[in-house]
Amino acid sequence: MRPLTPKRILGVCAALAAVLFIECVVSLRLGAYPISIVDIVKTLFHGAIGHWDEVPDEYKSVIFGIRLPRIALGILVGSTLATAGAGFQALLRNPLADPYVLGVSSGAALGAIVSLIVAPHTVGAIQLAAFIGAAATVGVVYLLGRRGGQLDTATLLLAGIVAASFLSAVIMFLMTTLSGRDLRGMAFWLMGDLQTPPPIQNVPAWFAFLFTIFVFAAGAIYTTASDLNLILTGEQEARHLGVNVSRVKLVVYVAASVLTGLAVSVSGAIGYVGLLVPHAMRFLFGNDYRLLIPTSIIGGAIAIVLADTLARTIAAPTELPVGAMTALAGAPVFIYLMRRRVR
Amino acid sequence: MNADVRHEPVVSDPYAGFVQPPQVRLKVEQVSYAYSATDRTAPKFTLGPVSFEGHQRELVAILGPNASGKSTLLKLLAGLIKPLSGRIEVDGEEVSSMELRTRAQRIALVAQESEMLFPLRVWEYVLQGRYPYGRRLRFESAEDCLMAGNALAQVGAEALRDRWMDQLSGGEKQRVILARAMAQQPSLLLLDEPTQHLDIGGKVELLRRLRKLADENRYTVIVVTHELNLAAEFSDRIALLHKGKCLRIGSPDEVYQPEILEEVFEAPLEVEMRSTGRPRVLLRGARE
Repeated sequence: MRPLTPKRILGVCAALAAVLFIECVVSLRLGAYPISIVDIVKTLFHGAIGHWDEVPDEYKSVIFGIRLPRIALGILVGSTLATAGAGFQALLRNPLADPYVLGVSSGAALGAIVSLIVAPHTVGAIQLAAFIGAAATVGVVYLLGRRGGQLDTATLLLAGIVAASFLSAVIMFLMTTLSGRDLRGMAFWLMGDLQTPPPIQNVPAWFAFLFTIFVFAAGAIYTTASDLNLILTGEQEARHLGVNVSRVKLVVYVAASVLTGLAVSVSGAIGYVGLLVPHAMRFLFGNDYRLLIPTSIIGGAIAIVLADTLARTIAAPTELPVGAMTALAGAPVFIYLMRRRVR
Repeated sequence: MNADVRHEPVVSDPYAGFVQPPQVRLKVEQVSYAYSATDRTAPKFTLGPVSFEGHQRELVAILGPNASGKSTLLKLLAGLIKPLSGRIEVDGEEVSSMELRTRAQRIALVAQESEMLFPLRVWEYVLQGRYPYGRRLRFESAEDCLMAGNALAQVGAEALRDRWMDQLSGGEKQRVILARAMAQQPSLLLLDEPTQHLDIGGKVELLRRLRKLADENRYTVIVVTHELNLAAEFSDRIALLHKGKCLRIGSPDEVYQPEILEEVFEAPLEVEMRSTGRPRVLLRGARE
């Protein structure tokens, strides 16, 4: 009997964080403007301690202006999607659940497309409209998914699937009204893309805002980690063991929806990460949510940074949408994991 | 209430210096319940009122045909539903007003099997029984591991501890599920048709084990079952339910009257008294 300890969680997370760090440095190295690894580490170090005068201007603009924000967005989106995916898989008691299964991404896409039609050139409108669309969908699906005053897993899933397909139909209809340029932008957005520039001038403040939301929502899910372990064994049984099941479900539903809304409003609907990363982490580290959530957070970041690095380098100078990359790599990985799971 | 009671002299405990009477663990007083499809329609099914007591070291069987209210009664005892009227107390505290985790420390319910989404190892599963005792993220303490280990040892499943739950046989699984309930260190152990998926050998072994656990751990064990003869053999008392009413509560020989059993189960039954003092139910020429 080796029960999970905080020490083990920290150890595993430290190892994964090291992998992420190396990956980020490599990703910073790759691109049209060549910078050596040593210079990257030096620049990062000087930037971190605030010695800006020792950083050459071109490095500053390439690393801090272009490559790092994109990596930071990738880390944020990957962590967010993987956490939301792990949350939804437990909430819906369904291994095939992903962050988009309840229609949140379709709602966000509808918001985005409406903003493209109504206010095509307003900065930040697309993100805001996407978030509003996602929130409205979450609210409607919540109301439809209740039974006897409580969230009912099967009803919720059905309500979400119906909402998603209805919204997709509306999106298809509206897309016929878009002009060529907007249509291409929308296609990238539907596939998922990290190129969208931040809607405000102050980039660090924008990221601080997004990361704050992430920390609160992911933190809320993490407080229910040991409850989710029991809920996965059976809702009734969890109730017998003293878990306040309806409260846990509400917390996870709201927090995972906020995370999904956050991710899709800044990057569109990047597929497979929210579905696959939690499964890959289960495969590597087991089913305990106290370990699964932190490993999914870092694992999601690793997956997206890798996918995005490939997306912008394999066909350079053309950039592929990162969502196409995750889907291309995700489908075979999913099949591999599924077949290898002997039990 | 009689006002004179307060002026009466305090009577010393009549049992002082003798063996203490069996301690009451469970007290069910005039409990009733009603199911209805919606809030406005008339109830489809009513239960009760039911009253009985469960003492420590006692095994009580709840018998009755399908839809007689057995499972409803068990849910009421477990605190999963609130009685419409009456009280249920465990160790002197009302079940419906207990905090969730306190309730899980007092009452353990072994339900009919549920399917697991992701498989767990046996020891992980048994450690879940320690959940009501944990804090925050509930990292298991050395004491939790000790309790889980003891529970596994008591059901004779120590060798299974590293196996996966979904690779166990029916009997092994039942033992592990029982171990998790024991890891909760409850006063009251409730089992809902625990013998359902077991062969006859497994059924006898399980009831023998429950009997022993009631004695050794001073549990009050309540078993809902369809097994008339096993209930007669192993239980101290039997509650017979029929159409939501509690027809009889008493020792097996008091409850097993052929005319009552025949009426309740709608089958031609005979009752034979064995030399052990425990009745045996036989099917009388069903083809007639």
